[in-house]
Amino acid sequence: MLLSEIKATLHAVAATGEDDAQLSQVDISTACGSDLLSDVLAFVKDQSLLLTGLVNAQVIRTAEMMDIMAICFVRGKEPTDEIIDLAREKGITVLTTEHPMYVTCGKLYAKDLGVRADAQDL
Amino acid sequence: MRRTYDIDGKDFSVAGAASSDFKVLLKKLGIPGDVIRRVSIAMYEAEINTVIHGGGGKCEAEIADNRIVISFIDQGPGIPDIDAAMQEGFSTASEQIREMGFGAGMGLPNIKKYTDDFQIQTVVGKGTTVTLCINL
Ligand SMILES: Nc1ncnc2c1ncn2[C@@H]1O[C@H](COP(=O)(O)OP(=O)(O)O)[C@@H](O)[C@H]1O
Ligand SMILES: [Mg+2]
Repeated sequence: MLLSEIKATLHAVAATGEDDAQLSQVDISTACGSDLLSDVLAFVKDQSLLLTGLVNAQVIRTAEMMDIMAICFVRGKEPTDEIIDLAREKGITVLTTEHPMYVTCGKLYAKDLGVRADAQDL
Repeated sequence: MRRTYDIDGKDFSVAGAASSDFKVLLKKLGIPGDVIRRVSIAMYEAEINTVIHGGGGKCEAEIADNRIVISFIDQGPGIPDIDAAMQEGFSTASEQIREMGFGAGMGLPNIKKYTDDFQIQTVVGKGTTVTLCINL
């Protein structure tokens, strides 16, 4: 799913400033919703989007370590300039959405994001 | 090739800077992506532990011909029971650390999972040295 479609689906804003043309260059194959960074470090796969209600610099660091391409902060949480700058420096896109975690995951799952990867795990 | 880093025990917002710098170096050297991923995760978990449990310290990272060896050395409280600390879910992290997304007790098990060799030397009241080894 293209990051531009993900943004539209979640009524999200790109806090790192990419326009839709730039976001349509990034293809995301699965997502992970978690507020536990060690879980993210243990389980996440390639080409992922991280959905989280946790807002601090370690979220960006964790994404960097895992080669996660994009992060979406849920429930209207606003990242600080420091967090946005770190994400930009690392080439990670930051989205923000007003939707809570459950709704965010549901909207993306309903559009088949990560559904095939999930089936392979079972 | 060797790198050494000071690990600040007071500023949680810079935790992970050593792992980040080392990851950039590994990419520059053309180390395979799956190796970089394993090194990054294990190193980052160990670095976070040095900050949140060890009170800061230093890191020595070396890239040799056939392996990468990384040590984190702190003068913190030490680990009284290593077997307990290695269990998934065991954590003595404070509520404040949990609110930052850590303290799930998955760090040491993660490090073990992603490394080829992993040693903990610790003396209660004196400090801890964690050494990770990943074969190339
Ligand atoms: N460098 C260290 N110094 C002192 N204690 C440590 C250190 N590293 C780990 N520990 C102990 O081992 C426990 C388990 O570590 P870990 O698996 O990384 O989980 P977490 O960091 O989430 O608590 C910690 O809660 C702590 O009690
Ligand atoms: Mg830990």
